Amino acid sequence: MKTLAELEAIRQKTLDSVNLRREHEGTRVVVGMATCGIAAGARPVMLAFVEEVKKRNLSNVTVAQTGCIGMCRLEPMVEITLPGQEKVTYVKVNPSMVPRIVTEHIVNGKPVTEYTIGAQDQ
Amino acid sequence: MNLYRSTVLVCGGTGCTSSGSHNILERFETLIQENGLENEVMVVRTGCFGLCEAGPVVLVYPEGSFYSHVKVEDVDEIVSEHLIKGRIVTRLLQKGSIDESGAVKALDDVDFYQKQRRLALRNCGVIDPENIDEYIAFDGYKALYKVLNEMTREEVIDTIKKSGLRGRGGAGFPTGMKWQFAYNYDNDKKYVCCNADEGDPGAFMDRSVLEGDPHVVLEAMAIAAYAIGSDEGYIYVRAEYPIAVKRLQIAIEQARAYGLLGEGIFGTNFNFNVHIRLGAGAFVCGEETALMASIEGLRGEPRPRPPFPAEKGLFQKPTILNNVETYANVPQIILNGWEWFSSIGTERSKGTKVFALGGKINNTGLVEVPMGTTLREIIYDIGGGCPNGKKFKAVQTGGPSGGCLPANLLDTPVDYDNLIAAGSMMGSGGMIVMDEDNCMVDIARFFLDFTVDESCGKCTPCRIGMRRMLEILNRICEGKGKDGDIEKLETLAQNIKNTALCGLGQTAPNPVLSTLRFFRDEYEAHIYEKRCPAGVCHKLLSYTIDPAKCKGCTACARVCPAGAISGSVKEPHVIDKEKCLKCGACIEKCKFGAISKK
Repeated sequence: MKTLAELEAIRQKTLDSVNLRREHEGTRVVVGMATCGIAAGARPVMLAFVEEVKKRNLSNVTVAQTGCIGMCRLEPMVEITLPGQEKVTYVKVNPSMVPRIVTEHIVNGKPVTEYTIGAQDQ
Repeated sequence: MNLYRSTVLVCGGTGCTSSGSHNILERFETLIQENGLENEVMVVRTGCFGLCEAGPVVLVYPEGSFYSHVKVEDVDEIVSEHLIKGRIVTRLLQKGSIDESGAVKALDDVDFYQKQRRLALRNCGVIDPENIDEYIAFDGYKALYKVLNEMTREEVIDTIKKSGLRGRGGAGFPTGMKWQFAYNYDNDKKYVCCNADEGDPGAFMDRSVLEGDPHVVLEAMAIAAYAIGSDEGYIYVRAEYPIAVKRLQIAIEQARAYGLLGEGIFGTNFNFNVHIRLGAGAFVCGEETALMASIEGLRGEPRPRPPFPAEKGLFQKPTILNNVETYANVPQIILNGWEWFSSIGTERSKGTKVFALGGKINNTGLVEVPMGTTLREIIYDIGGGCPNGKKFKAVQTGGPSGGCLPANLLDTPVDYDNLIAAGSMMGSGGMIVMDEDNCMVDIARFFLDFTVDESCGKCTPCRIGMRRMLEILNRICEGKGKDGDIEKLETLAQNIKNTALCGLGQTAPNPVLSTLRFFRDEYEAHIYEKRCPAGVCHKLLSYTIDPAKCKGCTACARVCPAGAISGSVKEPHVIDKEKCLKCGACIEKCKFGAISKK
């Protein structure tokens, strides 16, 4: 160990795995993973989010899961909360939709309206 | 490195390990494998969370669900419900962690943690202590880099001085001053020592830091070594702390492998190596000169000071010796600045202090609060008060060197000076709570018994004087106290305090003096009325059967080992006070509550 850069490299490398334990106010991706969600295919969706977040090296994003929120017919559902913004709910999500949601919503801050619960009801 | 969606932290401190947390950890690992979650969920064994009463504890992130009293059987439910389906298992949550609306509160908002401020313990219960990378991820070894590359030795000492950090081991000597003295003495060799010989009954904060965050001690010792111009350090730790010793060894190996200990650290010409020395558990070896004698391989006996260790310490070389908790504060002071640290606490006591809460209290465990927090806040708001609705009587701070403070001093803000003014001391931070069932004379006797046992015998006041005091206390507890005993105790105590060689003897009479100051009436009741108000001192109790309540069931007579109870069936029984051994077996057996002790 000779330089701060080496120390910082270890820090960065480990940060991903300890990030959940740190206080931070980043983006939260919450996947509905009750029986209804799992039956509708929520697991691959969640794994796709984890994979996408990792691929893009987004340090301030947590992917979590939650129980049933009552609209089982619309599962798999995903709620995304950006810091300081209202929560956006996506419905009937499948893994192929995930890269677009991550790029447009999480990275660029523009929700993918056509996938949201609002679009579904119309 | 994998990105995990969830982290399960299992406490691996001594408290939770003894209640089986390693089995829980294994069960988690097995079930996570079985369910194919190993790339999504990470399981980590951490150091102590502090809430030992609730152990074994498990914390699941990102939700921050705090599960307490977890059994191996419960793990299946946590995995299938929480980790797979995302449903928090509310029945296992620590009580008070759900708010009125039914939502799970953040960990910091749980009553136990709300008033705490964790600086020395900041990584305990958060990182994996056996993984240096996690320590580095939480800014570890950054402070060492900063001092080696950006600060002069004088600036380091100046920063520690200005921060107002005082020794956390007991006496509260300003840490920066200590470093300055050692810096001032020129020598080809100097030593940095860490006192981890935590001997106070009931105190376990040093153990928790070593178990939960061993690297912080190594980093701080390296910083101290740079400041005073040393290249070698010793950690003196009790052999009774096997988990702490093991994790320290792992930490030293990992730091060496990364070149954070050894030669030419961070590309500078600074070298530093650390050795571990195991203590055999002699209380006196927590005293600095005795500790150094023990490291040198001599008998653990103190010597008169001066010369102070800063001039002639370990192997006759200039030495600094700081406590584990003191070191745990150092890297943060370097990183955040002395202004930050000195903004916490009271005027003359800066920062936080860790207390080990024990005795008659609901939330037994480890708490860290800013200096100036009142005893009431610590005991009631954090500790949850006395169990079973019993009345609080006193709190003993500072271990065998401290004193007992009564209920009317509960609003004392806790810092070094206030505790001394109140007749006790900070000590290493043991805090033993007593309720109405504790006899204060008996408590004083307990602590004296401990110090008499632990006296090294080198100086007369401690070796003989303490034994005389113990004999008087024993006599009082046996109902043979005489008029004048209290005065004799006071004279002896003053003489021992003034003449004993080291800190052990100089503070050993404190438990007697403080109980005499605040609970003199209990001593008087023992001596003049031959009565123990709390009902503890056996020889002063007498057992009687209330004839109105006794149904003559003969249960007590059958259980009495001395044959002291007589009476015929369905007639009230009588206890023969001459024969009664006062063992209490009859009280336990009586279904009618007819037997009382007074």
